[in-house]
Amino acid sequence: MSLDYLFRRWGRVWELTVEHITLSASAVLIALLLAVPLGVIAARNPRISTPLLGVLGAIYTIPSLAFLALLIPSLGIGRRPAIVVLAAYAQIFLVRNIAIGLRGVDLATMEAATGTGMTRWQQFIKVRWPLALPVMIAGLRTASVTTISLATIAAWIGAGGLGTLLFEGITRDDPDRILAGAIAITALALITDALLRLAVSMTAIARARRAGRA
Amino acid sequence: MANQRAALSTDFNTATEIRIDHVVKRFDNDGDARPAVNNVSLTIEPGEFVVLIGPSGCGKTTLLKLINRLYDPTSGTIYIDGTPSQSLPGSELRRHMGYVIQQGGLFPHYTVAENVAVVPGLLGWDKARTGVRVDELLELVGLPPAEYRTRYPAQLSGGQQQRVGIARAIAASPGTLLMDEPFGALDAITRGRLQVELCDLHDRLGQTIVFVTHDIDEAASLADRIAVMREGRVLQYDTALNIIMRPADEFVANLVGADDNMRRLSLVSAAAVMSPLEIGEVIAPVEPAIDLPIRVLPVLNQLLESGAPRIIIRDAGAPVGYLDLAAIQAASVPRIQAQSTS
Repeated sequence: MSLDYLFRRWGRVWELTVEHITLSASAVLIALLLAVPLGVIAARNPRISTPLLGVLGAIYTIPSLAFLALLIPSLGIGRRPAIVVLAAYAQIFLVRNIAIGLRGVDLATMEAATGTGMTRWQQFIKVRWPLALPVMIAGLRTASVTTISLATIAAWIGAGGLGTLLFEGITRDDPDRILAGAIAITALALITDALLRLAVSMTAIARARRAGRA
Repeated sequence: MANQRAALSTDFNTATEIRIDHVVKRFDNDGDARPAVNNVSLTIEPGEFVVLIGPSGCGKTTLLKLINRLYDPTSGTIYIDGTPSQSLPGSELRRHMGYVIQQGGLFPHYTVAENVAVVPGLLGWDKARTGVRVDELLELVGLPPAEYRTRYPAQLSGGQQQRVGIARAIAASPGTLLMDEPFGALDAITRGRLQVELCDLHDRLGQTIVFVTHDIDEAASLADRIAVMREGRVLQYDTALNIIMRPADEFVANLVGADDNMRRLSLVSAAAVMSPLEIGEVIAPVEPAIDLPIRVLPVLNQLLESGAPRIIIRDAGAPVGYLDLAAIQAASVPRIQAQSTS
């Protein structure tokens, strides 16, 4: 096993990496569009949040190959069903952290916000949301890293991405391809993780807490 | 002090009159238990400093929150300068009432300046006017703007946070300031200092203040009038002196420590029980004197230590009255009023 494939075919590896990023990013963005309203609703209604998180947790336990296969009759193969599956898996991390983050904001702080004369919308936008941001972004980080690793499997139904190298490597008995794919996927996951950690540290509340410790 | 008043760029709105008229507040989850606030009526005059006092669960905080409509009454009406509070949207009403809670309730992700600028921002003030105002207010509460403007609440002590909380509450010159145990979490020294500063601020700005506490000492040093509450009702609404000297019933008597002379003398202001000086009376320079504001107890101490027949009371350096043993003795004998049917 060597790094030959990675060095000789770096152009192709890069191409597949871009495909992988596009696939994962589309899935996470679509997941967010659904998760933000669901998370807000779950934060406000404990009665809804328990069953909702239960269902989303159950979805996450469906084996990924089975999930993809299940969608072939209705959505066919390619990127579309892959995005659907990845977005569904990401829900549990996103909705859970959005709900916990929003609910976790200090009651006295929210009462002070009401007391200053903010409308409900202003309280949400100016106080609750920014204070929940670190926890919510932490959920986005877990969701993104999980999506990047799961997106590998999507190559099995022709969605492209770095998984292609792994499946090629298996069928052609070419461990160099597997190694190249694995290295690229790991690098992508680590970089994403680092970037989102940085995003957490740049939120207003994280800056304020840092200032308080200094 | 006069200079600081002149430095304020915006005049304070006129102080608000608050009339609480047969207000009942019952919480949904109470079932048919007694209401949190049970048929309370009281009028707070414009510019008056009123303290609501009582044990926990007596309804004092609920009553305060009914005034700025954090809660809506189950029945009854609260009139703000004659207008029923229900006729305005709650958020609109609250922008014109300062609200201070324990630890200031500051927004932790905002700097000191951003915290103080919240209400001006909601009212649509422009940046320049808000900036000037923020600096003035920080000066006013003793936090030099150059040093504190860009700090975060996590970088401030409890007392400093509370000063910012007060600055935020009065930023848009509200006619009313509502304070819910604002100094409850502070150490005794800081609390004492902030009490003095709050009184000073009230003298200077003159807005109506409603202040909740469970500390009779604090109530006695701050209030024009004290409302003693128990189980949702107001038992007595009167000056500190009358509450201490003529408690309406056993409960109020216990609250003010009516069976403990020393305790009571430590609550009563010397100004409230001193005898006036004769017109043209000559004060010998050797006569011991003491400056207001001061309670009776330290005056008694000085009387006993000096052996003099009386202690001269001075206000801003000028003699205004005196206290002797007879006057102090009169101040140490409380009378519980006959049970009224109110």
